[in-house]
Amino acid sequence: MEKLSQLIQDVLKLCSTYWPVYLSGMKNTIILALIGTAFGCLIGFVCGILNTLPEDPNDSIWRRGLVKAIKVLVRVYVELFRGTPMVLQAVFIYYALPYFTDGAARFTSVWAASILVVSINTGAYMTESVRGGIISVDPGQAEGALAIGLSHVQAMLYVILPQAIRSILPQIGNNFIINLKDTSVMFMISFTDFFAAHRGVVGATYSYFPSAVIEMAGYLTMTLLSSFLLRKAEKKLEGSSSYELVAADSLTLTSGTYTYPKKEGVFDERSREFPGKE
Amino acid sequence: MAAEPILQIRHLSKTFGTNPVLRDIDFDVHHGDVISIIGPSGSGKSTLLRCINLLERPTSGSILFRGQDVISLGKDVYSYRAKVGMVFQSFNLFDNLTVLDNCTLGQIRVMHKNRTDAEKDALHFLSRVGMAPYCNAKPRQLSGGQKQRVAIARALALDPEVILFDEPTSALDPEMVSEVLNVMRSLAEDGTTMLVVTHEMLFARSVSTRVIFMNDGIIQEEGSPEKIFTAPDNPATAAFTSSFALQFGN
Repeated sequence: MEKLSQLIQDVLKLCSTYWPVYLSGMKNTIILALIGTAFGCLIGFVCGILNTLPEDPNDSIWRRGLVKAIKVLVRVYVELFRGTPMVLQAVFIYYALPYFTDGAARFTSVWAASILVVSINTGAYMTESVRGGIISVDPGQAEGALAIGLSHVQAMLYVILPQAIRSILPQIGNNFIINLKDTSVMFMISFTDFFAAHRGVVGATYSYFPSAVIEMAGYLTMTLLSSFLLRKAEKKLEGSSSYELVAADSLTLTSGTYTYPKKEGVFDERSREFPGKE
Repeated sequence: MAAEPILQIRHLSKTFGTNPVLRDIDFDVHHGDVISIIGPSGSGKSTLLRCINLLERPTSGSILFRGQDVISLGKDVYSYRAKVGMVFQSFNLFDNLTVLDNCTLGQIRVMHKNRTDAEKDALHFLSRVGMAPYCNAKPRQLSGGQKQRVAIARALALDPEVILFDEPTSALDPEMVSEVLNVMRSLAEDGTTMLVVTHEMLFARSVSTRVIFMNDGIIQEEGSPEKIFTAPDNPATAAFTSSFALQFGN
């Protein structure tokens, strides 16, 4: 009990002194995760569509070769970036440039390097998610689209992807939450994210555990808030389940107008009408 | 001399692996024809339709549309497909779009019409099939018969020269079959060129201008509905159509 109140005191002390450091770290983490996920999705969608290009035996040999080459490239990209740790990718890409150019070219901005690494890493995962989403859509939808004369890309954009997005969206959320946490490895290339704030504070105060508590609480707040918002977004995308009949449609009125029968005379069972006044 | 046919199918064959599904199919479709294709399941009727609008690649033979071979079409295949409407057994309406948008998508993206004109034409054809009041509904909110009528409006909206119907009523509940057949009947009366794969023998007999009987991937017999249903030359046709004699009461 004593230790617990001690901890609370330490945490409050850290917060009151270093809150701007933590807060700016949090801000950088969120921005990096947002941008990285957005670009990653873009890469994922492009690669996902390329991955499903039809291989038509009637096409010229060049076109077929091109389609094949594109698919192999996408495959290599996905396997390479899914199969290596992001921390290593960051170091690899950040130091490769100055190494090969003898220091003539280097990343002038840690931001640019970090965004690049997070984006292509997320893109590799998203490519697979998009492919899965596309496969999950009923093939009849694609046939319907082709039958009215749409091209493969048009069918994807207007018919398949809007439906695939429903199964892709949870994956986008998933990747965003993973990115919120995994961008912490970017301290390796001296990106000042939330975790880097911890390292900074600890370096000055040696209060390892209280700072770690703050970090834990901070990351959990970010991820819980995100998953709450993502669920809301998903609900919204489901759309309304009701619809309204268009009663005042001019075209239907002309084709189906029935003047209210004058109820005079004897109802005729055969014509189901009243004869009215002669 | 009759006018040039819309479609000429010449020696069309299709094999899946080593399994021949269509063998040497040969026939013409003229303007105003309503051709019913009948035959037992697995006789290649649906594959024939799917070959005609190139959803399947024919193995050999040729398809001439207005005299031009379509199998070797490059990018023009898209406008060709728009000219040959298709109505599927399973509707294949775009589930993410409203009824109205289902009917405007092709007009806007393939025929490059502006949205106002496209919506006007879409509403015209939707009211033609009695579905205009539902233009804001999504396909999943409609019954099977309503979906199929929208699918017909979607095909009509592209102003096709011929519409292919692939068993349009087979996936419907019995009470919904007639609403779709009535729409098709009225299209036929208006001179729409139609190619209908169907198991609705009464429809085939009373609406068609010509009936094609297929079996084992071959056109066994082709002729007027009267001839096919009452006095077929081919014993296989007789065996098939006689099983429906009760329906007609003769």
